[in-house]
Amino acid sequence: MNRTVRRIAVTAIAAALVVVPIASAFACGALIAPNGTISLTRTTTLAAYHDGIEHYITSFEYAGKSTGDVGSIIPLPGVPTKVIKGGGWTLQRLVLETQPQPLFEADAGFAAAPSAQRATVILKTKVDSLDVTVLSGGSVAVGNWARNHGFFLPPDAPEVLDFYAQRSPIFMAVRFNAARAAAQGLSEGEGTPVDIVIPTPNPWVPLRILTLGLQPTQTVQADVYLLTDRAPALLPQPVRPTSRFDQQGMIRQVSEPASTSLLDDLRSDRRMGWIPSSAWLTYLKIDTPASTLTNDLAIDASGYGHPDPVAAGFAPTVPVLPTSTPIALVGVFAVVLLALVAVATRRGIARQDA
Amino acid sequence: MTRARAGALIAGALLVVALVGWARADEGMRTVDITIRFSRFSVSSIPVATGETVRFVVHNEDPIDHEFIVGDRYVQLVHENGTEPSHGAKPGEITIPAGTTAETTYTFPTTPEHIEFACHLPGHYAYGMHGLFVFG
Repeated sequence: MNRTVRRIAVTAIAAALVVVPIASAFACGALIAPNGTISLTRTTTLAAYHDGIEHYITSFEYAGKSTGDVGSIIPLPGVPTKVIKGGGWTLQRLVLETQPQPLFEADAGFAAAPSAQRATVILKTKVDSLDVTVLSGGSVAVGNWARNHGFFLPPDAPEVLDFYAQRSPIFMAVRFNAARAAAQGLSEGEGTPVDIVIPTPNPWVPLRILTLGLQPTQTVQADVYLLTDRAPALLPQPVRPTSRFDQQGMIRQVSEPASTSLLDDLRSDRRMGWIPSSAWLTYLKIDTPASTLTNDLAIDASGYGHPDPVAAGFAPTVPVLPTSTPIALVGVFAVVLLALVAVATRRGIARQDA
Repeated sequence: MTRARAGALIAGALLVVALVGWARADEGMRTVDITIRFSRFSVSSIPVATGETVRFVVHNEDPIDHEFIVGDRYVQLVHENGTEPSHGAKPGEITIPAGTTAETTYTFPTTPEHIEFACHLPGHYAYGMHGLFVFG
């Protein structure tokens, strides 16, 4: 198949996947309505890491006029340099690569350190009908900002926000602008992919945020794709797939060099020219009760095989000593050293005199 | 004139007596401090005496609003299904906006009953925001 034909085929299949209800909807997790109801659609994200830059691509699904009251908050590992529209069908192409689509699916379908109190707005932008705000602040500050801007925060929000703020005080708040969505003719269920470009020493995927507002027994369903220069080391470690159709947990469905055809296709998507010529593809399928998804996904893409437990949320952050403590210790050490030198010098002088 | 003066003096004396009585009553009232953090009350049970009047001072450290509703099962059920946007008029029923402190007083019944304290904002009770008063 030559490249043009493949491109047309991919576009057509991707369009069909969007139009027809499929098993994997594309939406970001933690979408919360004012009455506390939670969107339980499966979430799909791609974390691609190359040359110290993480491209975190996720898609926000328009849920109609009521979406104006629905917001989403995503914790980020660092300050993004830009937040732009993601590719047109990148996430769909990844699904196609890793999850064979059954025939007649259309018929079978329908399975469908900042201030403590005030957050600092780092970046404000619009991606189609999405209003995107990147914030810096502690959990209380970001929570206050979200509340004051009409976001509904469920009872677990203070703890979940704090879980993230302890490690990275950067959050991205996203909400549909209902008027712009209507003006752009956005139809219900249509997704808007967003590419968040974040310089970071190691990529990281927030998972616990997917449980926001869920009951402990409710199931979190997510597809996480990773594209890294080499096979990554992950924490927590995913399990191997079994033959059980109802297998739960974080299951590593695919871990292999990404095919040239996949990378070429992804690169041919709009604004996706940054996709490298070779990469390792990992596909993690998450099906787990909310009560068990208490950590994030730490990734070591360097080849050293040591994903950071702090990034995964396992280890507490290093306690910060008061700034005066090291200075005081150095001062005491210097005084003791000077005293020893003085004593030694006096003894030396006394011996010389004797 | 003399009668009016006498009346004023008596009224003044009564006012002073009432104020002193109120102040003494307030001095004898126990204050219970409760902190809310991560949508959890700092205590799961509070010992009280029958007929006791307690002042509750509730500190909300969260960036979201909470409630502190004292009452029996019926009161809790009414609030769980209720739609009142905020509380504060009735003793033992307050809304504590995010990051603030609010207080209320409540007089417990003279016989032991099942009395709870709880928050009934959507999902908060189910999340675990409730506790019991233990009559001792």
